[in-house]
Amino acid sequence: MKKVLVLGATSAIAQATVRLLAARGASLYLVGRNAANLDAVTKDAATRGAAKVESKAVDLNDFATHEALVEGAFQALGGLDGVVLAHGVLGDQAESQATWTATEAVLRTNFMSAVSLLTPLANRFEAQKAGTLVVISSVAGDRGRQSNYVYGASKGALNVFLQGLRNRLAKSNVAVVTVKPGFVDTPMTAHLPKNKLFASPEKVARGLLRAADSRKNEVYVPGIWALIMLIIKSIPESVFKKLKL
Amino acid sequence: MKPLESWGRYPRVEQRTQPLTWRSDTLPEVSGPVLPHGLGRSYGDSCLNGGGTLLLTAGLDRFIAFDPSTGVVRCEAGVTLDMILRLAAPRGWFLPVTPGTKFVTVGGAIANDVHGKNHHCAGTFGRYVRRFELVRSDGSRRVCAPDENPDWYGATIGGLGLTGLITWAEVQLKPISNPYVLQETVPLANLDEFLVVARESEADYQFTMAWVDCLARGKKVGRGLLYRGNFAPPQFDGLPLAKSHLSHGIGLAVPMDMPSFCLNRLTVSAFNWLYFHRQNGRPKQRLTHYDPFFYPLDAIYGWNRIYGSRGFLQFQCVVPYSTARDALKDILERSSRGGLPSFLSVLKTFGDIPSPGWLSFPRKGVTLAMDFANRGEKTYRLVEELDRVTREAGGAVYPAKDARMSPESFAAYFPRRVEFAGYMDPAFSSSFWRRMNPVALPFSLESERAAGAPHPPSVLALR
Repeated sequence: MKKVLVLGATSAIAQATVRLLAARGASLYLVGRNAANLDAVTKDAATRGAAKVESKAVDLNDFATHEALVEGAFQALGGLDGVVLAHGVLGDQAESQATWTATEAVLRTNFMSAVSLLTPLANRFEAQKAGTLVVISSVAGDRGRQSNYVYGASKGALNVFLQGLRNRLAKSNVAVVTVKPGFVDTPMTAHLPKNKLFASPEKVARGLLRAADSRKNEVYVPGIWALIMLIIKSIPESVFKKLKL
Repeated sequence: MKPLESWGRYPRVEQRTQPLTWRSDTLPEVSGPVLPHGLGRSYGDSCLNGGGTLLLTAGLDRFIAFDPSTGVVRCEAGVTLDMILRLAAPRGWFLPVTPGTKFVTVGGAIANDVHGKNHHCAGTFGRYVRRFELVRSDGSRRVCAPDENPDWYGATIGGLGLTGLITWAEVQLKPISNPYVLQETVPLANLDEFLVVARESEADYQFTMAWVDCLARGKKVGRGLLYRGNFAPPQFDGLPLAKSHLSHGIGLAVPMDMPSFCLNRLTVSAFNWLYFHRQNGRPKQRLTHYDPFFYPLDAIYGWNRIYGSRGFLQFQCVVPYSTARDALKDILERSSRGGLPSFLSVLKTFGDIPSPGWLSFPRKGVTLAMDFANRGEKTYRLVEELDRVTREAGGAVYPAKDARMSPESFAAYFPRRVEFAGYMDPAFSSSFWRRMNPVALPFSLESERAAGAPHPPSVLALR
């Protein structure tokens, strides 16, 4: 990936990824919601050696801007060969259970806005017969659990969408990489008590780029989550529904 | 509340933590005092805030600009010296002043006005800080520079993080044409020889420091090895700059606290004997990469764990030349008699280049740093005695390395402390500051007492 669009560039994992890409001398188009924070990430990337850095502050929940945003990124960098989609919200399960509005907000950001962005991006990549789409999903999308099934559902839906997209774009030489991090120590999880399973954003970013470079389909980062989720997925539903997970 | 240690792992206090992420954010609202905390490489309690909250600055680690033609780097306060070297060294720039570890943040380097092996010709880190932003708890933000808010600039450099939060800073780097250092090692028979050779070396060498065998007694007090060096001239052996700068990474790690029986008078003296006699009594020259030259201990990740879970106390003082010989002899002899001697005792000379910081520690004279494994009361008493000897010799003790100096000493060492106190942020405080100012207590110390921190047996000890 030499010319990369990063959506949600101020998220911790995206920032760590941007640093690695900048050190490789990639050209970057960074998108985030908060202009001041986005500016901090942009200057950091430029200082660390990115060949070119452009940025745009937009709220990705405004779907009407997406077509123009994608067009702008292609224009600014003179084409794209990579996308890292990293924006998302954790939401609050209790609130989501209480009101549809809260649930809808999670689904809109994590699933619908991603689909809205990936639609024009996939079409352009399909037409140019090249490119890598990297999307940050979550292990939470592998199985619904009472503690965060709304977030999990948004990521699970995203996973299925990406599967289909991968299937469609395989013949066009476009890679679709689903990245499934486990717990990551970021501002998104600042309120949670930490344990040994929490990985640093840097570690996740390295795993993400490794997967992108080798055009993997689905990867768990860190790898231990492949095993954990294998176990969790193989528990029979009749038993699973009685567990407090 | 959770324990977060300083590098010396003593004292231990309970405090809350609050990570910072963006430099444009306002300060988080918390009850009780706050203190910025970078990587916690200060040894004692100057980076701790018992009963209060530490504002963790590690997340403020972004670069803002670097100009390879002028060597000016602007970055957030949580950027480490290591990150700056990785960015700048391949492009021919180096830190103007660096302490013995590169794992300190720029904010921490300013707050402690750190010094390096080149103090005699370069002064302190603060002299190369062109400007920085200071955020106060009242929401105000000011850019501080020698000609812009100079009073805030002077109070904050060496200000132990108490004047507010530094969000970003601009530092002038210095050009190098080679990442290698031409180093010479000279054996020293005793303290007198050190005083002569160190002064002589100042004229021709940018970097000097001496390792001292602190178990040597009698005529051999101060026996050691003096290291002096300069950056090597350009392009020796045709080694390209860009590829050679990363030849060293983190090598070994200390995986766990070492049991205390590993470290005793016998093992330390064997180590010191071997270390000294490796030299064969002759000066030796060699070419060495900047990493092992400036940061020998960084290669052993977590080296503070060799002192075990009780940690250790570091003591660093500076004494004027007029009293240096007697005071240092006294200090070395006391430390060799009392308690456990340290692996690493370092002597070096400070020049008279002034720092812009009001509470800056370095001043013209000779400085000695030692660490002592924490053996409880015995060790505390020893360090307190060394503090007293330093004060009587007209010297000063370094707050970043201190856990036991007395409030009277602090007042004697830092005459501008009263002026400084007027610039402190009312919401900021530290365990060190409360220990040094036991009468004016802006905050309750109940929680610190409850955490079981031992009480200093000082006359002014109110806790």
